[in-house]
Amino acid sequence: MQPTISGTVLLAFIAYSTWAAFANSDYFARPYISPFYSPCLASICGSARAGSQHVSAPHVGIFGPWWAISPAILVLIFPLGFRLTCYYYRRAYYRAFWQSPPACAVGEPHKRYSGETRFPLILQNFHRYFFYFGLIFNAILTYDAVVSFRSTTDKWGHMGLGTVVLVVNAALLWLYSLSCHSCRHIVGGRLKHFSRHPIRFKFWGVVTKLNSRHMQLAWASLIFVALTDLYVRLVASGTITDPRFF
Amino acid sequence: MTYDLKLRVWRGDASGGALRDYTVPVDDGEVVLDAVHHLQAREAGDMAVRWNCKAGKCGSCSAEINGRPRLMCLARLSTFERDEPITITPLRTFPVVKDLVTDVGFNYRKAAEVPAFSPSAAQPQAPFKMAQIDVERSQEFRKCIECFLCQDTCHVIRDHEDNKAAFSGPRFFIRYAELEMHPNDDGDRRQLVQQERGLGLCNITKCCSEVCPEHIKITDNGIIPMKERVADVRYDPVRFFRRRQGNPS
Repeated sequence: MQPTISGTVLLAFIAYSTWAAFANSDYFARPYISPFYSPCLASICGSARAGSQHVSAPHVGIFGPWWAISPAILVLIFPLGFRLTCYYYRRAYYRAFWQSPPACAVGEPHKRYSGETRFPLILQNFHRYFFYFGLIFNAILTYDAVVSFRSTTDKWGHMGLGTVVLVVNAALLWLYSLSCHSCRHIVGGRLKHFSRHPIRFKFWGVVTKLNSRHMQLAWASLIFVALTDLYVRLVASGTITDPRFF
Repeated sequence: MTYDLKLRVWRGDASGGALRDYTVPVDDGEVVLDAVHHLQAREAGDMAVRWNCKAGKCGSCSAEINGRPRLMCLARLSTFERDEPITITPLRTFPVVKDLVTDVGFNYRKAAEVPAFSPSAAQPQAPFKMAQIDVERSQEFRKCIECFLCQDTCHVIRDHEDNKAAFSGPRFFIRYAELEMHPNDDGDRRQLVQQERGLGLCNITKCCSEVCPEHIKITDNGIIPMKERVADVRYDPVRFFRRRQGNPS
C-alpha cells in the first residue's frame, strides 16, 4: 500500500511541477515569487506574464532575451537532482516505480540486477553536490521569504498569507536539506573520533535527530513547495486576493 | 486458554517439498516457536527446526512467517488472527537442508572475507582507551545476533542468486562500518567494500532495517555512512584533488 501512495504522490508532484515549470506565467505577484522560478536567471523575467498583465520579476539577466522558454528550466535541475538522488526518495521510487523490490521479501520482476554500480544509477553517488547547490537555493528562497515582508510598493512592514507561505516553505526546505544523510556525513559522520571533535559531534547529534525525521520532512517540503507555487500562481493570475495581516 | 491453531509448515529437503497443514493446541501467551515445538512433540517428530535460546538473543530460529522474515521465538501468537492459519517456511535466500533448517554457510564465508581489525601504530595493543561517545557508535552494530534475517530479506541476493559471489550483504556492511568508525583502526576498507563486496549493489530500500530483531539502524547508521565514505574516496573530485596535493582523505 505504501509504495502505491508514495508513487501516486510523486507522480502528482511530477505532473504539477512539469506543468508549472513550462507554464512561464503567473509566477510573480509582488512581493511574492514562486520557488520554481527563483532565482530567475533570464532577462525575460523582466516582463513576466501575470494574469492579463506583464510585471517585472526580480532577475539576473545571465540568459538574455534569446532565452525564450520558461526560466524555471534553468534552475529546477538542482532541486530536482537533490531530491532524485536523496537516499529517502531512492527508497521510495525504487519500490514504487521500479519494483526493486515492490516490498520487503516480495519477489521483484527483474531478471538481472546491478543496483547502483552502473550508469546512470552510479550517479546517485553525487548526492552531496546537489546538497551543496540545494543550500544555495535555500538561501535564495529565504531571501525571497524575507523580502515578502515588504509591501507591493517595496515598503517594509507588510505581511500577508503569502508571506507565511514563503516563510514556511523556506523553513521546510532548510529542515529537509539539513536532515539529509550527506549533510550528516559532512558535519561529523565521516569522523573516526567524535571525542576529538566535540563541536562537530554536537552538530552531528543535531543532524542525526533531524535525520530521523528525514522521510516526513521530504514529503512535507515536497508538497509544500508545490502548494507555495500554486498560491503565488493563484495570486498572480488574480484568481484570489492575498489576505493581508498588516 | 488453550485453542487449536492451524499451522501450514513447509516440509521437505534440498530435492523439494511442499506446505503441509497441521492443527496444534496452543495456549495464550505463546509464540510461533512454541507452536512448532508442540507440533514436533505431537505430530511431526521428524520435523527439522533450528532453535536455541527462545529469547530473541541467539538468532537461531529465523524463518519466514506468513512470508515475512522473523524470529519464531519473537512472533507472538496473539498478534495473528486465531482463525487464520500461520504459514511457516524456511529462509528463502539460503539453500534448504531439511524442513525449516537452511544452510547459512554463505554468511560465514562472507564473514571470513572481512579484513580484521587493524590497530593504529600509536596504540597497537589492547587495552584501547576510547571515549564513551566513540564506543557507543559502533556498539549499535555489536548488538547483531547474526540471525541473518537482513541477509535473507535483501532482494540483491534473495531474488538474484548470481549476485551472491559479489555481495557481502547488510550484516557484513555494518561490520565494515563498525571497523571504519573505530577510532583505533587504521585500515581503509572503502575501496574494497565498493569494488569487491558489492556495496554499490545496495539500493537502500531499508528492508534489512525493517526485519532486524535488534532494531539496528542498518541502513541509516551503517550502509549509508559507508556509501558516503566511499563517495569521499571515489566520487568526490575536491577530495581527490586534495589527495593529489598530499592531503589525507
